[in-house]
Amino acid sequence: MFSAAWFFVRRYPVIPVLILALLVFSAITAPWISPHEPNQIDLVNRHNPPFWLEEGSITNPLGTDFLGRDILSRIIGGAPITVFVVVASVATGVLIGTTLGLVTGYFGGIVDDIVMRAVDAWNILPALLIILVVVLTFGQGLPVLIGVFAMLSWPGAVRLVRAETLSLRHREYVALAQVAGASNFRILIRHILPGIVNIVIVTATLGTGNIILTEAALSFLGAGIPPPDPTWGKMISEERQYLDKAWWATFFPGIAIALVVMSGNFLGDWMRDRFDPTLRQL
Amino acid sequence: MRRYLIRKLIFAIITLIVATIFVFALSRMAGDPLLLFAKPGGYGMSQERVDQLSQKLGLDKPLIVQYLVWLGRVVTGDFGETIVSETSVSKLIWERAAPTLQLAVASFILSILMGVPLGVLSAVKRGSMSDYVSRTIALVGQAAPIFWVCIMAILLFAVTLDWLPVGTAGPDDVPFWTWAKFKYLIMPAFALGWGPAAALLRLTRSAMLEVLDSEYVTLARAKGTNYNVVIWKHAFRNAILQPLTTSAIVLASFVTGAVVVERIFAWPGVGQLMTDAVWNNDFPTLTSTVLVFTAVFVGTNFLADMLYGVLNPVIRYD
Repeated sequence: MFSAAWFFVRRYPVIPVLILALLVFSAITAPWISPHEPNQIDLVNRHNPPFWLEEGSITNPLGTDFLGRDILSRIIGGAPITVFVVVASVATGVLIGTTLGLVTGYFGGIVDDIVMRAVDAWNILPALLIILVVVLTFGQGLPVLIGVFAMLSWPGAVRLVRAETLSLRHREYVALAQVAGASNFRILIRHILPGIVNIVIVTATLGTGNIILTEAALSFLGAGIPPPDPTWGKMISEERQYLDKAWWATFFPGIAIALVVMSGNFLGDWMRDRFDPTLRQL
Repeated sequence: MRRYLIRKLIFAIITLIVATIFVFALSRMAGDPLLLFAKPGGYGMSQERVDQLSQKLGLDKPLIVQYLVWLGRVVTGDFGETIVSETSVSKLIWERAAPTLQLAVASFILSILMGVPLGVLSAVKRGSMSDYVSRTIALVGQAAPIFWVCIMAILLFAVTLDWLPVGTAGPDDVPFWTWAKFKYLIMPAFALGWGPAAALLRLTRSAMLEVLDSEYVTLARAKGTNYNVVIWKHAFRNAILQPLTTSAIVLASFVTGAVVVERIFAWPGVGQLMTDAVWNNDFPTLTSTVLVFTAVFVGTNFLADMLYGVLNPVIRYD
């Protein structure tokens, strides 16, 4: 029984899926499941330690921060905005990337040249710094942030989707559809798109980790999601100066980021291997 | 080979030009440059003064001329003055370049020394304990936010164990190989090198696995060649191409990492200059440092392409 469960855990990404499911769950139910109001200040109980340490209490399971705010509640409270920003920007980026990849892969020509050069150019530029300058110029509004994070994921999507489209467009069934008089649009949507959905899902999953890390870095530099919403990156940067007094206030938000990013990467890798026919026998 | 390199070089230059246009456009969108001269309460500049300043700064000319003039200055290394202290930005960047370079080189060496041997080890002993340990190191290194790694390192090695000092690059009057100064370098270099080391480890591992699976390795084994010779002479030499070319791109990734690491460790480099500029709303310094970093980034990527061209026969004889 035990070995069967172990086999299942090793074969399928059970733990990453559980972590991501927990993230989405707490993002949806955050106002109801968080034990305290995330922004509620309680100056008497500043820097209370987690419950298993001396002086810690179960009312603040992971302790409190420098303003006495409950850390667990703030981690849960950071979930909705994180999930929203990541989903919105991955969706935007992958949508743009997939469309461009389909068009460039299918039609080729001058559009293909221009788009691919743009992708190459973007790849040799330091993304975080460009994003930082853009955010500082246009302000830290959510639309700006989602826009710049979308810029992180489109080039990869273009490249993968284009390569896949190129290999599909010379298949016989595509030629037959052309002979049957199907329009280019119909061929792209009905015949090629279903063949690249796998790749799109993998790109989207692998892109999440990158976006979360970049958002955290921006928050740390003071240019991320604007206050008062708690974000994990901001929690770490606010507490940095109290490191010698309260390690828990920086430790737990970081663990949250690392776990989510790791789960995204792991799940993406697993799906990529799973969808790749050359690796399936292994 | 020559055509390949020329193509890559032209492309790098075009990318840089596009980046400068982008930065110039953003710096204009960030606000009227004249307001930089309006000191607190100085909004009441007379029309004469405004005209005089615009003429002096060239703001009365068309945008394209302003851009070209600005570009000409930037290319010759004149980035103007900072808002905060009115000192020359290029002088500031020049002063800060050495510590950043020191940090980047140390992390680069460290990431290769960590990533490549561990990658080989985990491929050769696939499925063993050392494979799992190496892969966990890689997994965490790619998932943990770099500033959090820095903070946790400080917590462990400086606050709790009190082994290493934190902040600044150490005393100025001793060379960097002495312990008094070198101990300041250890934590930042590890924090900056971990992520790239993880990337190198994964690349080396998959490249080694592929090569170890090929027939000539089986043949060498069947002949009875010493296993160490097979690994290092037959397999490693072929597997290392991909990780080696990627290592230059890894070097480029230090550009972004350095900004965060220098901030946390108060390392007196260009990255810190940049984050200071963010907090002081010092747009000229910010754009200049971003431009310098971008140029370094594009340059190292070009070097990576060059290295790839030299090492990859398919491109060499193109």
